[in-house]
Amino acid sequence: MLVLLGVLLVVVGFALRLNAMLVVTVSGIVTGFLGGMSPMDILNAFGTGFATSRSIVIFLLVLPVIGLVERCGLQEQSRRLIGKLGKLTAGRVLAAYLVVRQITCALGLLSIGGHAQSVRPIVAPMAEAAAEKKYGRVPERVSERIRALAASTDNVGSFFGEDIFVAVGAVLLITSFVDATYHFKLAPLQVALWAIPSALCALLIHGVRMLRLDRQLARELRDHVPDDEPAEEQGATQVAAPAKGVTG
Amino acid sequence: MIKAEWFYWLIAAFFLAVGFMVMRDQTNPKRWASGTFWGLLGICFPYSGFVESGHAPAWPLGIAVIAIALLAGTGQLRSGTAEHTTAPEERERLADRFGNKLFIPVLAIPVVTALFATVGKDVKIGGQPLLEPGSETVIGLGASALIAVLIGMWVLHVRKPSVPLHEGRRLTENIGWAAVLPQLLAMLGLVFATAGVGDAIGKSAQHILPSGSLLAAVVVYCLGMAVFTIIMGNAFAAFPVMTAAIGYPLLIQHYNGNPGLVFAVGMLAGYCGTLCTPMAANFNIVPVALLRLKNDYSVIRTQIPTAVPLLACNVAIMYFLAFRNH
Repeated sequence: MLVLLGVLLVVVGFALRLNAMLVVTVSGIVTGFLGGMSPMDILNAFGTGFATSRSIVIFLLVLPVIGLVERCGLQEQSRRLIGKLGKLTAGRVLAAYLVVRQITCALGLLSIGGHAQSVRPIVAPMAEAAAEKKYGRVPERVSERIRALAASTDNVGSFFGEDIFVAVGAVLLITSFVDATYHFKLAPLQVALWAIPSALCALLIHGVRMLRLDRQLARELRDHVPDDEPAEEQGATQVAAPAKGVTG
Repeated sequence: MIKAEWFYWLIAAFFLAVGFMVMRDQTNPKRWASGTFWGLLGICFPYSGFVESGHAPAWPLGIAVIAIALLAGTGQLRSGTAEHTTAPEERERLADRFGNKLFIPVLAIPVVTALFATVGKDVKIGGQPLLEPGSETVIGLGASALIAVLIGMWVLHVRKPSVPLHEGRRLTENIGWAAVLPQLLAMLGLVFATAGVGDAIGKSAQHILPSGSLLAAVVVYCLGMAVFTIIMGNAFAAFPVMTAAIGYPLLIQHYNGNPGLVFAVGMLAGYCGTLCTPMAANFNIVPVALLRLKNDYSVIRTQIPTAVPLLACNVAIMYFLAFRNH
């Protein structure tokens, strides 16, 4: 049970907002010692852990092309496009992305979206522009929230879409683990099938939250005076804010 | 055969180039230390390949990684003040000029990735698969990034390869040490597993469980998956532990649950934990850096209101659907 002190160290470190790199390294070393590992064991575990997890970083290869198109005005163009599509609100942009992300992941196309390749260049600027179209320049706090929600939507969509696909890591991990340990003969399809009810719940919960976002923004920004519109037109903008979505 | 290792070498070359450019950046107050951070990272990638294939010992890599963590953890990693990119007004003008053509390179990424994932993995040349089996995703994403750069340079009339390289360096510097944090957490997970953290948590979960209640067993299994995932940052690490402690002996053997359902929903309960933890850095911390958010926990904060009801849904799904035959 002593090794749980290492876990406590991580929790306290993150809670105190110490530098995450230091927290993780120190906790790793401490946990290793508490668990009876020698310094050599710990160094070997660090090295092996780094070597076998390299695939997480492959998304960085996308950054040069994203930077290139951003340099030439991609985010600006994403905003203009939203300006032309009158019916699109921030909430609807995000809800639509949730549906697309979940369906494509369920078809096994996990890495066609992601924070570097779709959220930063397209989804976040579009959602933000949809809000700005209605309210003018929004306060920093609102813009931060909308961008964070764009990242959240990508996570929820991919987590609760990918497990429906039979050949995905999670499903294969489940079947290979229980088959080897408990001598089951579990077909991947039996596991993937039962990911569907949770996926529908995720779609419903997060989708409704996104659609409610528009009403929250309308409420929060009721008294907000945008920089680029005369103040006396505020009343009209406010009434025109859509009150669609679920009650609450 | 196209191998994943090639793309790790490419990442290494990219990091080395970033390190070189950072060292030459006079506007960076810590250019030597910062450049060393990226350069060292670049060297670690090809070396890791030899560690994985068993041709080199892992401990030197462990030392290098600790050095990288110390450089970042003691504030030695900085970026330059000069922005080597276009100004906002210039971007408006360029957006006028290129219009929707700007989307072509970005959309090329999903299209090429999808091609690799669907058609590419079945292509055989001389009886050999074209793509290294098991690494199709890594290869697909790496290859689509390369193809998208070429398309981007062509569509946007950029002749010099140094332009996308500089832009890539700019975004990488923006992300900073968060780029390596996911790998450090994977290392920590391995140490946790070796040191027996999982067994300790599994035992405590068994202790708090009241006997004779199916609902309690379902709740502890699902909640345990979520909490253990919050601690480890990875539902895959939590699954074997919680399943050995509660999932298999109680829910399957004792209460005779439907295994496919219990295991699938248990894993997804773990994913609800992934939405709530800074330990899942690639999902929750890297986007904070990429989107330049002020608060480190912005993404997690917006995910918790989805994760909590969703965890309750998973408990309900398992409780009501997995034990119906009894």
